[in-house]
Amino acid sequence: MKKTILSGNEAFARAAFEAGVQVASAYPGTPSTEILENIVQYERIDASWAPNEKVSLEVGIGASIGGARALVTMKHVGVNVAADPLFTLSYTGVRGGLVLIVADDPEMHSSQDEQDSRHYARFAKVPMFEPADSQEALEFTRLAFEVSEQFDTPVMVRSTTRISHSKSVVTLGEPLAELPATGLVRNPSKFVMLPGNARVRHPLVEKRITEMADWSCGQTFNRIEDGAGEVGIITSGVAYQYAKEVFPDAGFLKLGLVHPLPTQLIRDFAARYKTIYVIEELDPFIEDQVKAMGIPVIGKAKVPICGELSPGRLRQAFDIDPPQLIAVAEPLPPRPPNMCPGCPHRGVFHALNRLKAYVTGDIGCYTLGYMPPLSAMDTCICMGASIGNATGLSKVLDAEERKKVVAVIGDSTFLHTGINGLMDMVWNKSTATVLILDNSTTGMTGRQDNPSTGYTLNGEPAYLVDLEAICRALGVKHVVTIDPFQMDNTRAVIKEAMERPEVSVIITRRPCVLIKHDVVKTHPPLCVDVEKCVACKACLTIGCPAIEWTTGEDGAKGTCKIDRLLCNGCRVCMQLCKFDAIGACDE
Amino acid sequence: MNDNKVTNILMAGVGGQGTLLASEILSEVLMKTGHDVKKAEVHGMAQRGGSVVSHVRFGPKVFSALIPEGEADVLFGFELLETYRYLPLVKATGTIVVNNLQIAPPSVALGKAEYPADIAAKMRCHVKSVRLVEGLKMAEQAGNARTVNTVLLGALSNAMEPSYEQWISAIKHLVPEKFLSVNLKAFDLGRQSC
Repeated sequence: MKKTILSGNEAFARAAFEAGVQVASAYPGTPSTEILENIVQYERIDASWAPNEKVSLEVGIGASIGGARALVTMKHVGVNVAADPLFTLSYTGVRGGLVLIVADDPEMHSSQDEQDSRHYARFAKVPMFEPADSQEALEFTRLAFEVSEQFDTPVMVRSTTRISHSKSVVTLGEPLAELPATGLVRNPSKFVMLPGNARVRHPLVEKRITEMADWSCGQTFNRIEDGAGEVGIITSGVAYQYAKEVFPDAGFLKLGLVHPLPTQLIRDFAARYKTIYVIEELDPFIEDQVKAMGIPVIGKAKVPICGELSPGRLRQAFDIDPPQLIAVAEPLPPRPPNMCPGCPHRGVFHALNRLKAYVTGDIGCYTLGYMPPLSAMDTCICMGASIGNATGLSKVLDAEERKKVVAVIGDSTFLHTGINGLMDMVWNKSTATVLILDNSTTGMTGRQDNPSTGYTLNGEPAYLVDLEAICRALGVKHVVTIDPFQMDNTRAVIKEAMERPEVSVIITRRPCVLIKHDVVKTHPPLCVDVEKCVACKACLTIGCPAIEWTTGEDGAKGTCKIDRLLCNGCRVCMQLCKFDAIGACDE
Repeated sequence: MNDNKVTNILMAGVGGQGTLLASEILSEVLMKTGHDVKKAEVHGMAQRGGSVVSHVRFGPKVFSALIPEGEADVLFGFELLETYRYLPLVKATGTIVVNNLQIAPPSVALGKAEYPADIAAKMRCHVKSVRLVEGLKMAEQAGNARTVNTVLLGALSNAMEPSYEQWISAIKHLVPEKFLSVNLKAFDLGRQSC
């Protein structure tokens, strides 16, 4: 078969195709996003973005009940949103195979926490595979569909950033020639989880997990690699690769299925070695269960619980001398992420900073409004939280402080889980101000479509949700739409809304500069007239990556310089310059 | 390069410089020449003008996609400060190929910190072979300032095993048709630069 190089996410998408998946649904979330983006290339799969992870899993469940194989993908925190259907799905089981791929983010490269999704598998009593490279991402996911149907259960596949976003060589498999038959089959005692039916299903769930623990002892995805010394290592996923790097001579029990654990296989393996290490990323998930079996192992006593692992961190954990490292002697200025030049969010946060608003923030590119010099975000909890946080905060403040509270949320995040918060805000008579930053895309995850962009995942035009009408329907009387590039107006409108003793929604509408459809027309770069510049640094207060301060030579005054390769002429800085020093470049 | 062991190339740059495409081409060409290849990087939040790195490892069999500290054979830099930042990952006997370009990080752009001086000279104190490449000049010469990544790949390609034809075939496989000719020109300029 054909050999190619694939990322974990590309391999997951390929697996869905090979397994005959007919429906795939997801909400974008780093590091899982590219799975659905890659599935689009396979025409026999109906792939779509859902407004949130709960809806995506419900769509998957529906497809499974109709007889199709269905794939649902999300990032770790997305499972919190989808947990409600997940737990009941464990009871109902499936008709067509249903697989949920969850991508964890140890080290929080692009996340607000590093929760370990393996607990969800145990909590919801569903099996979970964990691949260690792209080849296993393909094989395990394909297998997961068979296991789902064989054991009448949803199956989870756990990825991590280093699996999803790493590439490795993959041998492709042959896709299923025939897709499963679909159609209506009534089976209400299995799919209607009234207490009477659920009481019948629960023992079946327990029996299923016990059976799988026995069955998995003889499966090739749980593999023993004999070692030379006295050390045996139990591991899974990407941690296996790091452990192989650091302990090349040890014996290995590499687990492909991390829930349920193959207890007899673990006992057999442990009996062969004097010392057993459990090497796993994040929580002592395997370790605790192996210890509960009465087997003494060394795990989190040495291996860090916080952050991702690496060969270097493992060496350090086990006191293995690293090579002599070159040291950089001086402290280096950090380079954190920043909003892009021409980003429509920048002016909004400048205004919020100047108005001294107390900003309850949300998840998206605009969370970078926290960074200096904008420094205009005070809270950020989870998707959709900004509005509820503002409501709660307002309840405990006096009239003056209450005016300061402004919730800031993006278009995609508002439609994800922000609407309910706004419903509560109006219904329960809060008075806070809500800004919906509508940049016509789901920016931070790489510009995906959402119900307010007017396109579906595969680029077809679709109904464009009317944000103003939604807000009015929820009872907001004061809904204003503004262009965030107009700095004075933006500030004035926000100021007025903050004063208003009722809920106001301000929609700041301007597409992301990197948007995929309807490419944004940019303007020629701007220049600083050095003669007019008085070095007041007002233009630096927006933190645009295209503007750089240069100190003057020999006591001369410094000036600001605009990088012509980065600037796309949004003119936000121009409006801040009181001395008319920023304008079109002289050719 | 030695065939019996894993070779490690660490790429460092600033989000938006095209390190991702360069690492894709590099991995593709290494796979086509028969190596086991792994590549790791991070997408998402870090991309927005932040510091970005790609780890590329190849050899008969590669386990970890991440390069252990002190084991990079080549540090392939797209920007001076970002290259300097990852110096602890390089072997003293390694090679540095770096774009002669400074991009100010936010604290420097705001006038609150200094961009470190004489980075190339400082790196030469630790690593013998440090090669500066005039990436932007050559990219402009090729006809598009955004082809710096392909220029740099050209400069790196000289020291590596794959043939010229194998590099060109990987570029043709991964660069969209519309930008292909300018990228091929950029690759040639980079390759001829040393």
